[in-house]
Parts: sequence; structure tokens; C-alpha cells
Amino acid sequence: MSKINLFKPDRENLNTFLFAGSFLFFISVIDVFINSFFSFNITSFLPSSLSFIIPIVFGFIGLYFIRIEHSGYKFLDKVNKNINTNNFNAILSLLIIFIIIKVTPPILSWFIVDASFAGDSKDVCSGSGACWTYIKVWFRRFMYGMYPNAEQWRINLSFLALTLLGSVGYFATEKFKKYLTLYYVVIYPFIAFLFIFFFISGGPVFFDFSYGIIAAVISIIIGFFIPSKFKFYYFLFVPITLYIVLKYFIFYEELIELGKLDGLNWVETGAWGGLSLTFIISFFCLIFCFPIGMAFALGRRSDFPLIRYISIGFIEFWRGVPLITVLFMSAVMFPMFLPADFFIDKLVRCIIAISLFEAAYVAEVIRGGLQALPRGQYEAAKSLGMGYWRMHIFVILPQALKLVIPGIANTFLALVKDTPLIFVVGLLEIVGMLNLAKTNPKWLGFAMEGYVFAAIIFWIICYAMSKYSYNLEQKYKTER
Amino acid sequence: MDLKLQKIIPQLITVLVVVLVFGFFTYNAQINMENRGIDFGYGFLSQESSFDVQFSLIEYDGSHSYFRAYLVGLLNTILVSVIGIIFATILGVIVGVARLSPNYLINQFAAFYVEFFRNIPLLLQIFFWYFAALRALPLPQDADAMLGVFFLTIKGLYVPAFIWENLNVFLNSLIAAIVAIVVIRIYARKVQETQGKQLPVFLISVGLIFILPLLSFLIGGVSLSFEIPKLKQLATTSFIYEGGVSLPPELIALTLSLALYTATFIAECVRAGIQGVGKGQKEAAASIGLNPNQVLKLVVMPQALRIIIPPTTNQYLNLTKNSSLAAAIAYPDLVLVFAGTALMQTGKAIEIVSITMLTYLTLSISISILMNWYNKKIAIKEK
Repeated sequence: MSKINLFKPDRENLNTFLFAGSFLFFISVIDVFINSFFSFNITSFLPSSLSFIIPIVFGFIGLYFIRIEHSGYKFLDKVNKNINTNNFNAILSLLIIFIIIKVTPPILSWFIVDASFAGDSKDVCSGSGACWTYIKVWFRRFMYGMYPNAEQWRINLSFLALTLLGSVGYFATEKFKKYLTLYYVVIYPFIAFLFIFFFISGGPVFFDFSYGIIAAVISIIIGFFIPSKFKFYYFLFVPITLYIVLKYFIFYEELIELGKLDGLNWVETGAWGGLSLTFIISFFCLIFCFPIGMAFALGRRSDFPLIRYISIGFIEFWRGVPLITVLFMSAVMFPMFLPADFFIDKLVRCIIAISLFEAAYVAEVIRGGLQALPRGQYEAAKSLGMGYWRMHIFVILPQALKLVIPGIANTFLALVKDTPLIFVVGLLEIVGMLNLAKTNPKWLGFAMEGYVFAAIIFWIICYAMSKYSYNLEQKYKTER
Repeated sequence: MDLKLQKIIPQLITVLVVVLVFGFFTYNAQINMENRGIDFGYGFLSQESSFDVQFSLIEYDGSHSYFRAYLVGLLNTILVSVIGIIFATILGVIVGVARLSPNYLINQFAAFYVEFFRNIPLLLQIFFWYFAALRALPLPQDADAMLGVFFLTIKGLYVPAFIWENLNVFLNSLIAAIVAIVVIRIYARKVQETQGKQLPVFLISVGLIFILPLLSFLIGGVSLSFEIPKLKQLATTSFIYEGGVSLPPELIALTLSLALYTATFIAECVRAGIQGVGKGQKEAAASIGLNPNQVLKLVVMPQALRIIIPPTTNQYLNLTKNSSLAAAIAYPDLVLVFAGTALMQTGKAIEIVSITMLTYLTLSISISILMNWYNKKIAIKEK
């Protein structure tokens, strides 16, 4: 025993040091643990400053003792390598362990132990914990906003249907895989719009745009049978002609009256809100901002100087201003720019504003991908005799988009996180509803619960999205 | 001829569309403004604003002009951005380095921090700090002093004010110290290039920056005293602090959430930058006999900074733009004061929104021009 040099642990006296070290370490951890969970201080006989510092000193000495390289114990080596490489790291590790132990009980008690779940009035929330009753009572408002309770099945059903339709890609067989892009870029957004317009909002079957939709559908169907030589001219002229013909010769006002769908009440967009509005806005902005962004990315790299300057101007303008001023603009300035009798819904204006704003960011991300492609790709495509569009659609864009998946995912995440800003124009999605509920005189003083609830929801959505994008990135990673 | 036409037609069409859209908007705007009896013009900027702003860096009250109100808002925006940028940078660098720590607990802690704060909307965080966390603070009369002089209360943070005498002497000494350091650095570099000798530049710099200001205290007649905030009773239940500097809770909530949120992105930039420096670089540097400090200073940092700085500047810009969320908690920044109150009072929607947007636009474009210049300067010159 006399050989032990107290200040230098080594392998000779491995077991002694190991025993002493782990004993000291566990004492320190147990001290903090008991202190924090049972609020009982073992070392209360010491002066308070000493009793405060003792776990750290003990733990530090303990970790110092067990810092022995190549001890032969796998677990010990792992611990040493990961949290105990030197004195500085040891102290940091100790502090983190202590903080975790210290913080757990108050959080647990606030979240679960002392929290109230039952009942449906404020009276049950007398404890020191969270009042989840508040969330329970207001749950419908947080999810659906001011949408009438009796009609909320419409939102649920639409979202369910859209989720199912959205997951078609997973079940498609090889044969249909090549139509998936068409489906997701054209057909699915269209179906989604129909669902939201007819079902959630309860709009009339025949409205101003109905002619356009019918004309588009008919011309697309016929378009499949047109030889590819004439397709360009066909799509240039036929849909518009069809639209004019339909609008001025076929449908009359009586038909519009006749076509009003009975049973579904009209719910104006001002009543929409809560989490469902967050989803609706994110969904549409996501759909719109991607093609617009792609167009401007290509425009910025175009050979035509005028198109290039216009694109640069567009992108730099939107990237240079904060979203809140853009929404201000859509709320107070944009109506001034439209004819007096022309009215655009607040929600639609919002969606347009956010889409244009995010499109600029998407454009910059895609431009990054385009720039990262080696020039050989362009030259190879050109040498095969491909034109501009053919080259971009079949060679350049697929590769460039693959490269920028993380960037696009980040932009979409930013979009979802930006949706709460629509409070500026008076639309209340979940955060807005929280602020409304907070000021309700019957439920004062539960701001914390509401924000924690919304934070958890947003966190789950955003974290899931970022993980999904990571998966996509791995899936489409090709060796280059 | 054919080729030329092919080049011109698409451009012409695009320009035509843009011109048509803008023309349509302008035409409508003119008609609408005529109908409503509003006239276009920036004359209102010199009119009396007749509204008050609760927190301003320059002297301002209702009798000042709208332009002065605009300046108040702009300065408040800049104040919040600068404080936020400083804290976000410090926190971001620490977290970014911590994410690369070999210590499992530390890097997991840092990763947890990043994942947690990055995935929650900034507006929600601002609301959380302002409406939930800061509302739980004590009332002024119940507040305990931190370190004896700071008072953190529900009405804001009260800190002691500095009262300087002969402040300009002190500032001059500080400037002199900085100039001296720059001169010494240049000289040291010259010495190293010509004679191969290394001077202890760092020690000299630290010494200078302490000694010269200290001398100004001893000889130059500079003196510094503190004005500590004191509790004052207004009514039986209403107290405030007098003296010192008071930071409103809106400012605290805003800077706190901006810093915490942006720091996560800066941390990722820092991590990417340090990881981006190849292992071979460090090994090569070590093998030619540089010590670890020199490796960090001369080899790793210059290369890492090249990767770190551009995205980090972007984050600074984002922070500045995000500071406009101040409007949500009524911190009087540019958007609230100018695009909010001033717009409400004058009804000059087009003028005010365009001025606000142009201000932000100028800010970000000037920074991005600076960034492009910097990028070009530090880019690796490839053959």
C-alpha cells in the first residue's frame, strides 16, 4: 500500500484507484441526486459554500483516479475515451451530469407530476404544475381556429384524403413510376386545391375560375392524342380559345346558380386558423415557390442579359427585405395596385406573398446546384444535340436538384417556421390562436403551457422534415 | 438573322410582360389614390409626428418630425441587431466548437441545443420569452440585486450607468493603443520576413491595450463612477427604479431569442468550417514543425474562416431582418414605429412601406456587396 502515489494513477494499482475513483464519483453523483430529487442535503453539516462545491471536487478527484489508459476493462476505457480525456473535459462532463440531474425534477414535476389533466375549467389548475386542461379545452381552437365545430370533419377528411393521395408515390409500381413527377407537380396540387376550395371552404361548384379549370382539363386530355410536333402550338392556343368559348357561349348565369352545392356551408377564410391553417399555407407556398424559384434560378443563369438582370433584381429584392414587411405590403399596399372592384382574399394574398418571398431563396439554392455541376455535363448534353429545355429537363436539373436537397429542405423548413408571421394581416394560425386564448379573461395566466404545446408541435414537424430530407439525400446520393 | 431574332424575342417578351405588369399596377394605384383623395409624396416626413415612442436612443417626442421617428426606429433596429449579433456569435462559436468535442456528453449537449432551438419558429420563441418567461420575473420591489447592482424585474433590466469624466481622453488613449498595436504588428511581420525573428506580438498587444487606458486614468484625469439604480415608490403599490440604465423587457426578450435562435445556425457554420479543413493540412503543418498553437493560427483558422465567414454573414443578415419581428411584442423598431404607427397616422401606405423595404434592402445589399468583395479576395487562386 505504501507504494501508491496518490497523484499518479497507473496500471500497477489499477484496482485500488478504480475502486477509490468510482467510489468518489458515485458519492458525488448520489449527493447531487438526493439533493435534487428529495431535496435533502447529505453534507448539510458543512458550511454552505463547501457543501455546494463538494460534489464537484469529489467527482473531479474520482474521475482523475479512474483516468488510466489501457486498463483492460472495456467499459472503463470507453468512459475514459468519451467523457474523461483530460481535467478540463472531466469538469465539463461533471457539470453536464449535475445540470441534467438538477434540472430533471423541476421539469418532470411541472410537466407531469404536478400538472393537471382532468376537468374542463380553470379551477382544477391550482397546483404548481402545468395546466394541460387549458390545452384540452382549447384544443379545437388551436387545431381549427374559428372554424365551426360542426364542420370540422371537413378539414379532417380533406387532410386524410390528401395524405393518402400524397403517399401514392410509395405504392406506385415500376410501370407508373415515370408518371409520378407529372402527378406530384400538376395533378396532386390541383386535387388539393379542389379539396380545399370545395370542401374546406365550401365554395360554389361554378365560379369564375371553373371555366379555366374545365378548359385546362379538357385540353390536357385531348392533348395526349396530339402528335408531338404540334403539341407546342396546340397548348399555346387551344386552352385559351376553349376558355373564351366556354365563358362566353356555353355557361350561363342560370347554370352557375344551378351548380351551387347544397349541404356544405361557406366558411370564409377569416374563420380558418390553428394548425390546419399552418398546414394549408405551408402546403400551397411549398407548391408555388418551387417552380417560381426554379424559373428564376434558370433566368439568373440565362444567356439573355435582360432576362438575367430581371431575375437578379427579383431575387435580390425579395432576399433583401424581411418577410414581415412583405406581408405588410400584401396587406396595405397591394390592394392599392389592383382595380377597385377586384378583390383578392386575404389568405390568397398571403400565400402569394410568402410564395414569392421563399421562391427567391429557392432560386438561390437551385442556382448553387446549377453552378456546382461540371461544365462537361452541359457540353455533353449539347453535343448530343439537345436544345436548352431538353438539356435542362433531362440532364441538368435532375442532377442539380439532387445536389441541393438539403438546401431546399432548409428553405421549406424556414417556410413552415415563417407561417406564424401571418398574424400581421390578421390571420391566426396556431401561434396566433395561442395569443388570442391567452387574453381570454377566463383563462388568464397559462401562456407558458400554450407556448410549450405549440413548440412541441412545431418541433416535431420540423425535426421530422429535416430527418426526411436527410433520408432523401442519402437515397439519391450518387457516386460522382 | 434568324439567330439574332431568337436571341431578341424572348428578352423582348419578358421585358414587355414586366413593363405591362408594372404599368398595370401604377395605373391602378393612380386611379385608387385619386378616388380616395390621397396624394403621393414624401412631404409628410417633415411634419410633426405627434406620437410617442417608449424607448429611443436619441431624443424624441411627439413634437419631432416623422423623419426623426424613422431614425428612432432604425436606431432601435440596429441596436437590437448589434447586441443580438454579438451574443449569437459568442454562443455560436462555443456551441460549434463543442459539437466537435471528443467528449460525448459535451457534443451531445451541443447537438441537443442546436436541434432544439433551430426547429422552433423564432416568433414562438420571442413570444415564449416575452409573455411566459419574463412575465414570471419579480416585481420591482421584490427584486433581489444581482452582484449588488443589477436588478432583473418584470419591468426590465436595470443596470448601473457609467458616469465618465474626460471620456474623450480615455477614448483617445484606446485609439492610440489600437494604432500602436497595428504598427507593431506590421513591424513584427517585417522583422519576421527579413530576419526570421518572431516578436511576442500578442503579449505586447495585450499589454498596450491595458496600460494605455490605465495611464489615462492615472495621468489624464479620467474618472469613472457608477450610478446605481435605486428603488422609488410612485404610489402605494407602484415602484420603479431611478437612475442607471433601464433595458425594457421587449429588448431583452428580442435579443435573447434572436441570439439563441441564430446561434444554432452560426454553430453549424462554424462546425462545417472546422470540419472542412482537411486532416492532411493539420498533419502537414505539424510535420514542418509548427506547434499546435501555430497550426491553429496559421493553417487551420485561415482556411476555416474562408468557409465560415460567408454563411455566417448571411446569418447576421437574417438576424437583422428577423429583428423586424419586434413588431409582435411592441418593441419600437423600424417596422413598428414607421410601418406601424406612422403608417396608421398618415395613411401613406405606398411611401412608407417602400421606404421601410428600401432601408432593409440597402442594408442587405451593401453587406452582400461587401461579402462578394471579401469572397473574391480570400478565394483560393487556382490556376
